[in-house]
This record gives sequence, structure tokens and C-alpha cells, in this order.
Amino acid sequence: MQRKECLRAVYPQLEQCLVVTIMGAVAVELQGLGHRPNFFYLQHAMGLASSLGLGLALGLPEQKVVVLDGDGSLLMNLGTLSTMARSAPRNLVHVVFDNRSYLSAGNSPTATAAGADLEGIARASGIPRAVSARNVEEFRAAFLSALDAGQLTTLVAHVDTSGPSDWLTDLGLLENRFQFARYCRSLVQR
Amino acid sequence: MPVSQANSRLLYQTIKACGIRIVSALPESWLVPVIGMIAADPEMKLVQMAKEEEGVGISAGAHFAGVNSAMIVPNHGFLAAINPIVSLGQLYKIPLLMFIAYRGTFGDPYPWHTPGGTVTEPLLRTLRVPYEILDAPSTLECRVRGAQTLAEASLLPVALLLKHELMMEA
Repeated sequence: MQRKECLRAVYPQLEQCLVVTIMGAVAVELQGLGHRPNFFYLQHAMGLASSLGLGLALGLPEQKVVVLDGDGSLLMNLGTLSTMARSAPRNLVHVVFDNRSYLSAGNSPTATAAGADLEGIARASGIPRAVSARNVEEFRAAFLSALDAGQLTTLVAHVDTSGPSDWLTDLGLLENRFQFARYCRSLVQR
Repeated sequence: MPVSQANSRLLYQTIKACGIRIVSALPESWLVPVIGMIAADPEMKLVQMAKEEEGVGISAGAHFAGVNSAMIVPNHGFLAAINPIVSLGQLYKIPLLMFIAYRGTFGDPYPWHTPGGTVTEPLLRTLRVPYEILDAPSTLECRVRGAQTLAEASLLPVALLLKHELMMEA
């Protein structure tokens, strides 16, 4: 399963959510499908997309927040799972694209290539809904059900180790940051 | 020597008076009372982290949501969070307000805190993180409000160092 196919399968639903991605392939591929003001791409600080999503979800409890994480990033901050589980915001969907590789940093294998099980780690950390998907239909169904569940979900999508040929896009980091913050605050004023 | 309940309460009241509603924290002995007061306040959300780095991400998300936030950590937690302070806080211009228990300075009887105490201020200066020391109840609110104003205006991480004289009973 290609990560890009997963993103395309749920792209219409992302319009209604606040979306936080990690750096690398996820950021490039989501922008390739079409940037929106409700998408924020955390282009550094590996591991903290889920922490940022948690802060957003607690600050805007009426909004649905989707974090698009990766195996390398999550492995750098496994404590985020137990922290999210302790707060357990009902409006947070945590997707992990597991390609078993630090792809954008030179394509070296991560611990999931050696058998680390992120769905199992999420469940054992107290995440109330921890699920996996191995094909696009499964992924789409699991994502839609997570959006409607009203319960913190970690969805691990097992994807191929492949990605774009370049990691830079023409969207400035601060342009993205200020546009996203302005979008979030417009939701409060409404 | 016990932790000062009165000054812990003053710190909690000041944090609340500044409109801070999301606090990420990792406790150590000086911080247990103030974190307990925040946890007991239904108008505030306490996020109990596993590692201090998380607090930088949580405050970034809270800021985007338009909610004032802070992180409360010991200085070894600040050391642990240096990468995200730089690669998220400074890169993405996040007004991150950090309350840091300044362990390992004069009056601290525990030698394992000393190396962290010695490097805390030099590291803050190297990182260009503006900071003030909180050492007396009389100047506490003024300095916290000043730090918050600078952070919000300049979109910068800033630090307030909680000193032994403030946090412990005399």
C-alpha cells in the first residue's frame, strides 16, 4: 500500500479537520494533493507532531484534529502515546504511516523493520482505540470510523518504503505556520 | 527543608491570573505543590508528560489554538528539551513560556543537581532565550507578566528560573 493512496482516499475528509503532519514524504505528498489552510507540516522537531496535535485538540475541543505521524518520528517520542492516553482527547485521530524506514533521512531501517509493533505499543500505552490497516480500503474504513468514534485512536498504516524524489516544496515554513494559526483562530471567532 | 506552600500558591495564582489554561508538566520535588494546584483547578488543563520535549509541541498546538499555555519542568528537563526549543520553538516562532526549577544552585543539598545548575544560565544565553529569575514573592507577578508579554510580542521561547529562595521554606 502506498502512503499517497491512503492520503488520497481520505483527502476529502481532511477538509473538515485540523491536520498536523511530520516532515518528509507525508508533508510532500499531502501538499502534492493540494495544500489547504488547515494543514500544518511540522518540518523538523521529529517526534513532536503528535504532541502538537494534543495541544491543538485540548485547545480546540470542538474541532477534529488529525495527526499524520510516521514510524521513525513516533519511535523518537514513544512517551507521547502514554501522554495522549492520559489526556485522552476525544477529538484526536493519530495516524502513523509505518514504512519501516527513516526514508527522508537516507532510507535506513527503523525498529519496526526489526519487529517493533507500534499498534501494540499504542494499545499497551493506554490508547483506547489502536488499530492497523494493510490496504487502502482497510485504511479508509478505519480512518472514517476513527473520525466518528469520539475516542482517541491510533491508526497504524503499513505502507511501502517509497516516497517523493525531493523533500522541499514552495510553501514557506512561517507562511504555513501563520496561515494555519490564523485558520485555527477563525474557528473560535465563528 | 519543605517546599513553600505559600509561594507555590502564589505561583499558581499568578499563572492563572495570566490567563494560562493549558500547562504541561513533569514533576520534581519543588514543583509537586504547584502542579497539584493546577491539577485541582477545573478551569485549567494539566498535561502530565513523559518527557519534557513534549511540552514544546503541546505549547505550539495550544498557541495555534489561541490558548495561553506554559510548561513547568526542572532544569534537567529544560536540558532534555533543547532540541525542540530550537527546532520547533525558535524555528516556528512559538511563544513558549517555560517555568524551570533552578536546581543545583546555592542552597541545594543534592549534589546530582549541581552540573545542571551550573550550565542552565550559560545554555539559556547561548540559545538566546530571554530569561528572568524568580526569587521573591514581591516581584513574581511582575516578572511572569513581563515574560509572557515578551514571548507573545516577539513570538519567542522565554524562561523563568524558579530559585531555591522562592520555592523552599526559609
